[in-house]
Order: sequence, then structure tokens, then C-alpha cells
Amino acid sequence: MVHVSATPVLALRGVSKRFGAVQALTDVELEVHAGEVVALVGDNGAGKSTLVKTIAGVHPIDEGVIEWDGRSVQINKPHDAQNLGIATVYQDLALCDNIDVVGNLYLGREIRKRGVLDEVEMERRSRELLDTLSIRIPSVRIPIASLSGGQRQTVAIARSMLGEPKLVILDEPTAALGVEQTAQVLDLVERLRERGHAVILISHNMADVKAVADKVAVLRLGRNNGVFEVKSTSQEEIISAITGATDNAVTRRAARTNGEGSK
Amino acid sequence: MSIDKTSATPGAPEDHVVENPEAAKAAVTVVDPRLLVRERGLAGYVTEFKRKVKSGDLGSIPVVIGLVIIWAIFTSLNSNFLTAGNLSDMSVAMVGTGMIAVGIVFVLLLGEIDLSVGSVSGVAGASFAVLNVTNGMNEWLAFVLAILTGTVAGVLHGFFFAKIGVPAFAVTLAGLLFWNGFMLQILGDNGTINLDPDGVVAQLTSYYFSDVAAAYGLAAVVTAGYFLSSFLGNRRREAAGVPSRPLSETIVRTVLLAVLAFTVAIVFNQYKGLPLAVVIFIAVLLVTDFVLRRTSYGRKVFALGGSVEASRRAGINVELVRISVFAISGTFAAVGGLFIASKIAAANQGAGGGDLLMNAIAAAVIGGTSLFGGRGRTWNALLGVLVIVSIQYGLALEGIASPVQYMITGGVLLATVVIDAVTRRTQKTAGRA
Repeated sequence: MVHVSATPVLALRGVSKRFGAVQALTDVELEVHAGEVVALVGDNGAGKSTLVKTIAGVHPIDEGVIEWDGRSVQINKPHDAQNLGIATVYQDLALCDNIDVVGNLYLGREIRKRGVLDEVEMERRSRELLDTLSIRIPSVRIPIASLSGGQRQTVAIARSMLGEPKLVILDEPTAALGVEQTAQVLDLVERLRERGHAVILISHNMADVKAVADKVAVLRLGRNNGVFEVKSTSQEEIISAITGATDNAVTRRAARTNGEGSK
Repeated sequence: MSIDKTSATPGAPEDHVVENPEAAKAAVTVVDPRLLVRERGLAGYVTEFKRKVKSGDLGSIPVVIGLVIIWAIFTSLNSNFLTAGNLSDMSVAMVGTGMIAVGIVFVLLLGEIDLSVGSVSGVAGASFAVLNVTNGMNEWLAFVLAILTGTVAGVLHGFFFAKIGVPAFAVTLAGLLFWNGFMLQILGDNGTINLDPDGVVAQLTSYYFSDVAAAYGLAAVVTAGYFLSSFLGNRRREAAGVPSRPLSETIVRTVLLAVLAFTVAIVFNQYKGLPLAVVIFIAVLLVTDFVLRRTSYGRKVFALGGSVEASRRAGINVELVRISVFAISGTFAAVGGLFIASKIAAANQGAGGGDLLMNAIAAAVIGGTSLFGGRGRTWNALLGVLVIVSIQYGLALEGIASPVQYMITGGVLLATVVIDAVTRRTQKTAGRA
């Protein structure tokens, strides 16, 4: 089902970002094609969130080039990213508990008819959208508060699909979810790929990454530390890239005990 | 909701990535028990209602029951309570506080509070009196300017709250003091200014449509309007293939509304006729309810009450909505102030003081508006203010002085928030909070 086109939807070339004295990103390269799920992994502080925010237009880049469909583009504010067709689903869900599913899906872009909310049309399209994504929730007319965490996450992702984005960025979509709910969200990620969206998935969970991602891009201390094909790479290889191949907690302990042993 | 599109639990999601969705749809006939499938017809309506009550979604039920109990007690104490004259007077007297409570509902929907509405209402009455009576300004112009003073006061509060980031509680507490002083200042030394008893403001509460056709006509129009809008709405929903209410439910609701509307009309016609104040109040409630539930502006107000961050990310101009809500609150405070001044045909130094502020907030809350934001309707203001005015009038008939009134109103308010807190807990356990 994966059709990878020649030109990447999004390509970052030598992107750098500085916050005062901190060099958050250094010469980062990243390519995402249509119908491809790229997992972005790295330790805490590796620059994953910063990288995502530069793509989403929250933090404009200092150096480097962002290419969109092969053209060089400027992304200076969130609006620029949205106009290009980039949708971002942040870790903390941007949903209103007291409003029903339809209201949340269309929050900020309500369909109006002669100045009045067209609830019927919004409900019809909501059901259509949720059906095509095979999202099942008790009713589209109950408040978000009544939904489980996984259902909320799927609604949040569905919400990002309304603008027909070419690229969807998911920031730790399964971080706070149980097993069952994680499965729901991962299914949804696969469906996004089947529909030809490019997906960037940030995750700490290697099992999730192995399950849905096509490629894994590893960041370490703000720099690229390898891009792996998921199918041909073992989990250990990815983890050692994340932690720094020869420098991780296990090797350090091993080195220490060896050192003590040899004394 | 329709059953055809429902399916088994989300536990087996892989089953649904299938080549032939039609066959899959037909194969999955078992209904997930967690889905809120509503049966057709009246039986479905009743089960839906029971389910809502069980999960703590009580809506207006407690306040309606409370109102019935209050009326029963006062009627048993004094047979004059449930007479057309008393009920009619009560409906006119409630409009002033009720208008202020409508503004409070808007502010409470944001999860904020406006403590200045009492003082602002006093300023509006005094402004009208000074402009019209003392300075001889055209009364319509003075009327509009008096209402605009409330809007301006609200915009000021909203500015300090939204732009500067001062808590609404503090801003409007300052407003309470400032506007009370402002009112005393413009009233000057004489303290009380009498209004023209035949003027536009005095007419607000003294004019009655004495023709019996007026009250019946309004009842008929409201009922027919309700039926038509829900009938046509349901037809549109059916045409679009989304769940709709059964016709029987629309009919039952319409009949209930008709009984209520015509009962009220009969009561009014037994006395002086249909009060102008009540017509204006109902019109305001219809318009504000429409704005809150059917326009994107109303959706934004609810969204802010639910989650400010989510609203901001959805592209809502948070500051503008906040300022506008305080402007609405100030405007309705001014409108209410004019109705209160109309009732005594004067602007005096005591206007906007006493228990007015607390009654307005209590009315909104007793009616069922949540103190925590995001839940409520402007109709809540009507129910709440009915409770408060009923207590006031019932006790006054008994010759019980205001200290006891305050204590009883306080008790009712406490009971309401207790019910609110308990239902919220029930809702939490039922997963609907």
C-alpha cells in the first residue's frame, strides 16, 4: 500500500535553530514522502519537539532550507504551515471538554449558512469523516468529556484531517494511552498512510515505532544520528543510535564494572 | 442514532481494514452496548431521558421542582400568592434582575465572574435620569446613551481582564466601587431624580397590552414558531441522513410548550394584560439563546469556557471574545438598571446596591448555569430569577421582613450549588463531566 513518490512532500536541508546560547538543532536533514510514516525518535532534549515546531511554524528556522514538494518555502508562523497543508496534533489535546464531537471537529472553522451554524451539514460531514477513518465513538453528539483517552486522541487526529493536509505531525499520540487505546491510534496512523498522507510520528515507544513507521529518523543532541528503514533494522540498533552507540547506560555500567574488576 | 453504521468494540480494529467495506458493514450487525443507540419513537425518548437523569445530566429539573415546591408552600400559606395579579406583578418585577442575570450567564460561561453589574445598572438609571430629566435630552437618545454607558463599562472591565491579565474578580470588584461612586457623583446632592411617569423608561414596566389577543397571539406565535423550526430542522436532518427526533417527540414538546404558553397568557389576561416588560425579556432570551447556540460567536464563548488553550489553537481571538462578553454583561446590566429604575420611576442613590448583585448571580446559578464555565443557557436566568422573585413576593405577602428573605434566598442558593456539585460528581462517575 505504500507509494513513495520521488519528490518528498517535505524536506529539511541543513536546518539549524538556536535559542540564545543553546544550539537546539544543527544541520538537520529530514525527508518525508507522501504515503510514508516517518518516526522521529531521540532522547529527551534531542530536539524532536523543536524540530516539529520549526516545521509547524512555531519557531522559524535560523539556517537551512525547508522544501515543500521540491520548492523552497518560508515557514514563519503557524498559519504558513497550515496554508501549505501541514497539520499538527500536539501532545496535550487541543479539545474542549464541554463541547460535543462535531463542535470540536469544526471549532474555529464552523460551517455557516446565512451566518448561522449549519449543524446538520457539520454533523453529516463529521460522521462521514469518522466513518472513512473507521473511528468509532458512542455518538458524535456527546461532549468530549465522555470519551476515553484513546477516543479523544482519535478525534484530535480526525480534526487535523479536516483541512485535507498533505503532512500530519503527531506529537507523542500514544504517550498517555493504554494498550487497547494505543492500538486504535496506531490503526488510525496506518489509515492516514493508506490515504496518501505523509506522517511524522514522534514517539518514545519503540514498539509503536516498529509497528507503524516506515522509516526512523534519530536525533541526538540536535543532530541527525541516522535514518533507518524499519523493516531492516533491529530495535537495538535504533536504541543505540538514540543513546549514542558506544555511550549508553548499559555500556557505561559495563565499562565501570569492568574497570573495577580489573583493579 | 442510526444502527447501521455501528459495529463491534474498537478492540478488534484490524477487522475493519477490509477490501470490501459493504460486506463488512453487513457482517457487523452486533451493536456495541456502549453506543448510545436511541430507540425510535416516544419509548426511546423516555429511555434517553432516564439515562440522562441517571448519569447526572439533570438540566433544569431541580430548579423546576424547586419552583413547584416554593409555589406550593406559599400558596398554602396565603391564597393570594397564586392569583393573576400577584403572578403578573412578579413577572414584571423579575425582568430587571433577570436582564442582569442574562449578562451574568455569558460571563459564567467563560468561567469568570462580573461583580460590577449592580453598580453598572445603577449608573445606567442615573445616566438616563440626568441626561433626560436634568439636562432635557431627547428621551430616546438618553435611553440609548444610558445603555451604552453599560457597554463602555463592560469593555473597560474586559480590557483590563483580557489585555492586561488582571483577574476578572479583581477588575469587576474595582468596577463595583468605581461605578457606584460614579453614580453618586452624577446624581449630585439631591440624591433622587424622578422620571417622567409617561416617558419611555417608565413605560417599560408600566405598559400592558390590554387587548386579550396580544397575549394569546404571542403564545400562539411562540408555539407555532417552535413547532415549525423543530419540524423543519428534523426534516433537514432526515434528508441529510443524520439522526433526527421522531415526529411524536416534536409534537409532545410542542403540546407541553403550548399548555405552558397559553396558561401564562390566560393569567396575564385575567389581570392587566400582557406586560411589555415580559415581551422584551422573552425576546432577549430568544435572541441570546440563539446567539449562544446557533452562531459561531456563541460556539467561541462555550469553547473558551471549556479550554482556553484549545480555543487559542483553533484560531479563536481569545482577547476579543473575552472583551465582548464583558461588554455584553455590562450592556445587560444597564438594560436591567433601566427596568429597575422604571419600576420606581426614579433614579436614586440606593440603585444598584443592596442584594441586587447577589440576586442576579444567584439567579443565573440557581437556574443551572455552571460556576465552572462552559455549561448553561440564558433560559437559566429566567428560571432562577423566577425562584428568587417568588421567594421575595411570597415572604412579602406573609409580612416577613427582608432579613429572613436574605437568609432564605441564601439557603436556596446553597441548595442549588450543592445540587450542582453533587450532579457534577455523578456526571464524573458516569463519565460525562
